[in-house]
Amino acid sequence: MLKNVVARVSFELSEQSQNAWRMAKALAGNNILSVGVAGLVTLIITGYAVWTGARVSMLLAVLSVVLALASSVVSIGADRDPFLLRYTSFTLLGLAGVCGVCGGTIAVLARVDIAGEFPLGLPWMAWHLRLDALSGFFLALIGVALIAVSLFGPAYVREYENSRRSLAVLGIATGLFIAGMELVLLADDAFFFMIAWELMSVSSYFLVAYEHEQAANRRAAFLYLLMAEAGALFIILAFGVLAGFSEGFTFSAMREATLTPMWATIAFTLGLIGFGMKAGIMPLHAWLPEAHPVAPSHISALMSGVMLKVAIYGLIRFSFDLLGELHWEWGIVVLILGSASAVLGVLYALMQNNLKRLLAYSSVENVGIIFMGLGLSMVFDSTGHPQLGALGLVAALYHALNHALFKSLLFLSAGTILHQTHEGDCERMGGLIHSMPKTAVIFLIGCLSLSALPPFNGFVSEWLTFQTALQASALKSGVLRSFVPVTAAMLALTGGLAAACFVKVYGVVFLGRPRSRHVRLAHETPSKAMLAGPGFLAVLCLVFGVLPAPMIRLLEGIPIQLIGHSLPGAHASSWLWLTPVSPETASYAAPLVLLAILVAWVVSFELLHPRGKEVSVRKGEPWDCGFGGLTPRMQYTGTAFAMPFRRLFAQAFDIQEKLENHPPDLENKRPRQFVYYLHIGDRFWRWLYEPIGNAIWRVSGQVARIQTGHIRTYLSYSFLTLMFLLWVISQ
Amino acid sequence: MTWLLNILEPLLFIAAAPLFAGWIKWLKCLAQNRKPPMPWQPYRDLAKLFRKETLVAEQASWIFYTAPYIIFSVAVLAATVVPFVSVDMPTAEIADVIVLVGFFALARFFQALAGMDIGTAFGGMGSSREMTIASFAEPAFLMAVFTLAVSASTTNLSAAIEYHLAHPHLIHPSYVFAALALMLVAIAESGRIPVDNPATHLELTMIHEAMILEYSGRYLALIEWAAQIRLMIYGVLLANVFCPWGIAQDTGLSELAVGVVAIAVKLAILNMVLVASETVLAKMRLFRVAQYLGFAYFLGTLGMLIHIVVEVGT
Repeated sequence: MLKNVVARVSFELSEQSQNAWRMAKALAGNNILSVGVAGLVTLIITGYAVWTGARVSMLLAVLSVVLALASSVVSIGADRDPFLLRYTSFTLLGLAGVCGVCGGTIAVLARVDIAGEFPLGLPWMAWHLRLDALSGFFLALIGVALIAVSLFGPAYVREYENSRRSLAVLGIATGLFIAGMELVLLADDAFFFMIAWELMSVSSYFLVAYEHEQAANRRAAFLYLLMAEAGALFIILAFGVLAGFSEGFTFSAMREATLTPMWATIAFTLGLIGFGMKAGIMPLHAWLPEAHPVAPSHISALMSGVMLKVAIYGLIRFSFDLLGELHWEWGIVVLILGSASAVLGVLYALMQNNLKRLLAYSSVENVGIIFMGLGLSMVFDSTGHPQLGALGLVAALYHALNHALFKSLLFLSAGTILHQTHEGDCERMGGLIHSMPKTAVIFLIGCLSLSALPPFNGFVSEWLTFQTALQASALKSGVLRSFVPVTAAMLALTGGLAAACFVKVYGVVFLGRPRSRHVRLAHETPSKAMLAGPGFLAVLCLVFGVLPAPMIRLLEGIPIQLIGHSLPGAHASSWLWLTPVSPETASYAAPLVLLAILVAWVVSFELLHPRGKEVSVRKGEPWDCGFGGLTPRMQYTGTAFAMPFRRLFAQAFDIQEKLENHPPDLENKRPRQFVYYLHIGDRFWRWLYEPIGNAIWRVSGQVARIQTGHIRTYLSYSFLTLMFLLWVISQ
Repeated sequence: MTWLLNILEPLLFIAAAPLFAGWIKWLKCLAQNRKPPMPWQPYRDLAKLFRKETLVAEQASWIFYTAPYIIFSVAVLAATVVPFVSVDMPTAEIADVIVLVGFFALARFFQALAGMDIGTAFGGMGSSREMTIASFAEPAFLMAVFTLAVSASTTNLSAAIEYHLAHPHLIHPSYVFAALALMLVAIAESGRIPVDNPATHLELTMIHEAMILEYSGRYLALIEWAAQIRLMIYGVLLANVFCPWGIAQDTGLSELAVGVVAIAVKLAILNMVLVASETVLAKMRLFRVAQYLGFAYFLGTLGMLIHIVVEVGT
């Protein structure tokens, strides 16, 4: 009897709790709403911040990290209930993003410099945190991408619910990855910096390896981990050099250190290799086009759009802030690396047919452009033109921001395409503009921004880089003066090739007619949130392109903090005119450009559009020089589009091309067949990676000789080592 | 007065562009012993196209319908920015020469997309070739312009021209190289012989024509007109930047009259040069164009080096 009652009560309780659970689901279900509410709340917090002063920015930054960690913790149960990942975890990430944007923006606006200690870590080495304008800028950048990802993610991960992959791993690793990136920005000592850095690297390894059924993905993930760890070693060594000259591991102690030029150069070289490896600069980029495409699309967006920027942040923090005194030779090296990455990155991008791989190579290009800005800044700053150095730094930072916006947009849209068509190969797509019209518009905005076309945002940052390079006549050395404009021409070549690359992408993927059955049957995603994520970024692309002057004025705090000077033409600029140097030297009024294009468009449309007729155009068969009978197979493919470039830049690629001619087989009634093979590989594999790999194999082969496999041998090794160490200590 | 002039001048520019194209054709026919159409024939052609019915392929997307308007609007905007009869117009400051290159790139981007929209082989072929040539032409163009920008320490066209006018006694050997480079680029970008033949409709050699094959009626008219405006922009750039004398620096009527006559004379001379080269030269293979534009880039770089080594002094 009693047993029965207990059972019944417990049943009712469980039913009630399930009801409550369902209600909670329904409430939290609309995560657009919850992010909106969060936005409102943070607006109130921002108001509070203005009222209390900017100290709240640090609070928001830490809150953002905590929310990211919370999203990670919540996801532990995601395997049992996918709802946890889809709504709770992504909502927490969105909140983390909103906090990051608010905290970062306040930090940049108020030019705060808040330091704190965190009672964790080793007893004598507390973790130091610090938020200043530079880290605030990158925090805001992470936040913006995070908001878009949190909108996009829930609909995208539904696909994984039916697979055997663990949703918990995805959620946990994503939260840790984001927390790691934010902690890298907040770290104020080398020790904590490396912990956060490793958290970022290792957790993203699990994300790259998420679709681990395919061997190629596992290989890519291993390569990524290998290069990330090798890079981390270089960064540790770089910090080690600095620490050797200072009294501790904190950044404030390292800033005080005075290095001899030789040691400074050694530290810079180590830092450049370490951070450059993570940023994907050529020739250390090999992991990037392998790892970025195989991760889930929203993670690809975070890796390409945001993680590369964290590496850029590391380089800026290390060279401009910690090393302090820059040398122009470093600037030249960075400039050359940047130019090479930009040109080669876009050339390789042009050759790719996998959409996400193409976008990954284009990230190499854009990191190259950012490096060009940084290199120019170093050259000018170290030769006594700090204001021009500030201009180069602002150009690099603005491009970092813009790249975060449009590359996240493109990866998320590529994710939408992948989700709707299950196709990653451009050569099998086509005509998606008819079936996925909204994604088509969003993707077009991304392409226009990336190709540096006015009035979008990519153009502004490239224009600023051009303007910096054109101030070369201020330099005294004739060699520098003639070298710097040549890099500007490299940038121009990059711009032209990028436009060609994205005409190819858009033309092959969205225009023309579908090249395969499942692409023909594709339709627009029903999820509004999946469109809202990249759509939000598209709006920002336009805003940052049309109103660059106010945005750049916001950024001025960073060069003031790092170089001690603001932009040369800062006083002359208004919201309408962007005049980085002076109004006489160069001016660009993006709002007026947009207005003029719209006015000319409306006027010509009004004048020309016929009135009084039922139809303004008659539709018919395509003309095609009168040949007729078009099929989708007759369209120009991506490979065909890129063919002139493949031929003209043949030296840059590792091309394997083969044409097989199979004679007709009369018995089986098969006509003559031609089979064409084309493989375009990365030259750096043969030039750099294979020799290094072979050398490591050889060395490890030699090392294996002392391993006999007998326990007594190993014991004697240990004994001898111990004796040696005792001897060393006793000396 | 300045603002009125500022509105009138681009309108004059746009209106004169077909005449400039017709004039070249007229002169070329005469030079080749053919019977020429009158120089105002392009106006008749445009009027005819505007009146005709517009036929569009049924699988065309909105890109195909909007591209002509974008191309034309951007051409009009570019014409507003380039100093034509007088310098120091208020609108000239909207965009400097790098933005001008950006405008051309924007128009080309949409033109190439429109070429691929219908899904014909010719359209894609034209787009691919156009983008190939453009990606070589753009650095050469900028290199030529940078020489100018560095010596006048400005990228604003108006300011550069005024600098040049204010220092007439300075001799710039680097300008000769920059002007030659810009001329080569202008020929490539406006689709003239030896890079592209505007008169051809032979399927395998066309570039610009291949992209606009599917257009008809008013859309075709807009694109043709925009191409004529672009050709004239290159002409005016060459004429006014490297040889600015005669351009009006004031809004006085006599100055403006001199300005109009001066630009007409300069364009006429350029016309003759263009016609002479088009008559003498043959069209080159597509893969030779890279070398041709590489040469233009080389000339631009040489101009820059000469400027740095000879003209600045250390």
